[in-house]
Amino acid sequence: MARVSFTSALQRFLPAPSAQVEGGTVGAALTVVFASRPVLRGYVLDDQGALRRHVAVYVNGQPVHDRVRLTDPVGPHDEIYVFQALSGG
Amino acid sequence: MANRLHVGTRKGLFELARNNGVWEIVDVRFLGDPVSAVLADAGGSVWAALDLGHFGAKLWRRDGAGDWREMAVPVFPQKPDDASEDPHPWSLGKIWVIEPGGVPGRLWAGTMPGGFFRSDDRGESWSLNEALWHMPERRQWFGVAGGEQPGINSVLIDPRSPSDIRVGVSCAGLWATTDAGASWKIINQGMYNEYMPPERREDPIVQDIHLLSRCAAHPEIVWCQHHNGVFRSENAGANWYELAAIRPSKFGFAVAAHPSDPDTAWFVPAIKDERRIPVDGEVVVARTRDAGRSFEVLQQGLPHRHAYDLVYRHALAVDETGERLAFGSTTGGLWISEDGGDSWTMPEARLPPIAVVRFAPV
Repeated sequence: MARVSFTSALQRFLPAPSAQVEGGTVGAALTVVFASRPVLRGYVLDDQGALRRHVAVYVNGQPVHDRVRLTDPVGPHDEIYVFQALSGG
Repeated sequence: MANRLHVGTRKGLFELARNNGVWEIVDVRFLGDPVSAVLADAGGSVWAALDLGHFGAKLWRRDGAGDWREMAVPVFPQKPDDASEDPHPWSLGKIWVIEPGGVPGRLWAGTMPGGFFRSDDRGESWSLNEALWHMPERRQWFGVAGGEQPGINSVLIDPRSPSDIRVGVSCAGLWATTDAGASWKIINQGMYNEYMPPERREDPIVQDIHLLSRCAAHPEIVWCQHHNGVFRSENAGANWYELAAIRPSKFGFAVAAHPSDPDTAWFVPAIKDERRIPVDGEVVVARTRDAGRSFEVLQQGLPHRHAYDLVYRHALAVDETGERLAFGSTTGGLWISEDGGDSWTMPEARLPPIAVVRFAPV
């Protein structure tokens, strides 16, 4: 199963522990996580289901290509990491 | 008179209370997070909307002395394929204003990118007003400086009839419904927008309404701080005339109508759009008590020199008596008056940039 981890910056707002999930794509893997943590979805995705502009998702250390439909493939041993792009002020 | 004030800033929500005649901060919440809207009701509940830079708009509520709890936020429906030419995103940018709906449990939220949402369960859940969102004219709405998306900044509920609602939009004029949002029309006549091409300047839909404020006891009286002037309506926002007597300048964001005197309102003027600073480095409040025929410039207790405070549209408030006022600035200045604006004091605090101030009704 793929492992999904979330930035510690999210912990200030709500629990976001790592999870081991099945899922052939980034979107499918996140959907599994959000099924048990529905509030977390709105912190990561916008109303249309795309990644928020200042949220980044990497798979095995590389940024995903499809930030809108989240179709990047995910293998059973992959590491998905969700974190924030920096913005200042 | 109000004894409690909520101040939403770029770095958190500050709650002030009046104790022994002194206003002081009694609670700090969401420290580090931008607050975009605040509402307090007479029942002791407080709503705070956050505009998290990375993680989107959020909404929290506290009931009485209880803990803060996260609510659902307004969510836009799935964007249909035939809406591909809609220039605005179908996704919540931020909650810009929350107002009580005039019936138990009901709230209205004005948002960027221009969605108007209703809750009938005190903010636990929200539904988009589809009628306004699907008006073909909405695609002509445009964002203004400080917000790339159009936004609903003012929500006026007629205290005599909660189905009669007017919303002010940056940048799209004043829209009205008399059937609780089932149908809408744009109603504002008499304004002009001087930065538009000449042939469009008087078009109602291009009017850059910074804020509307209504006299609660005389709901037909509505005041407007517009991008290029101050206007007044005596028929609930349908027809407007400019108040050219405003001084020291006609630009500004904030306006507060007196709750019972239809001839009194307060503004916080500034040098207009190219600079957006107080005139001559002096922070002043302009008050009219004769329906806008003349204005007093109030500055007792306010900075007289080298002050560069700008006051945003939701950062001026008056309580239900018309005696207590508060306003906050982009440089964290916060001033409170207990005599209708004649004099002002500053609580002991250096706050972050202030977006919104709101008294808790008694």
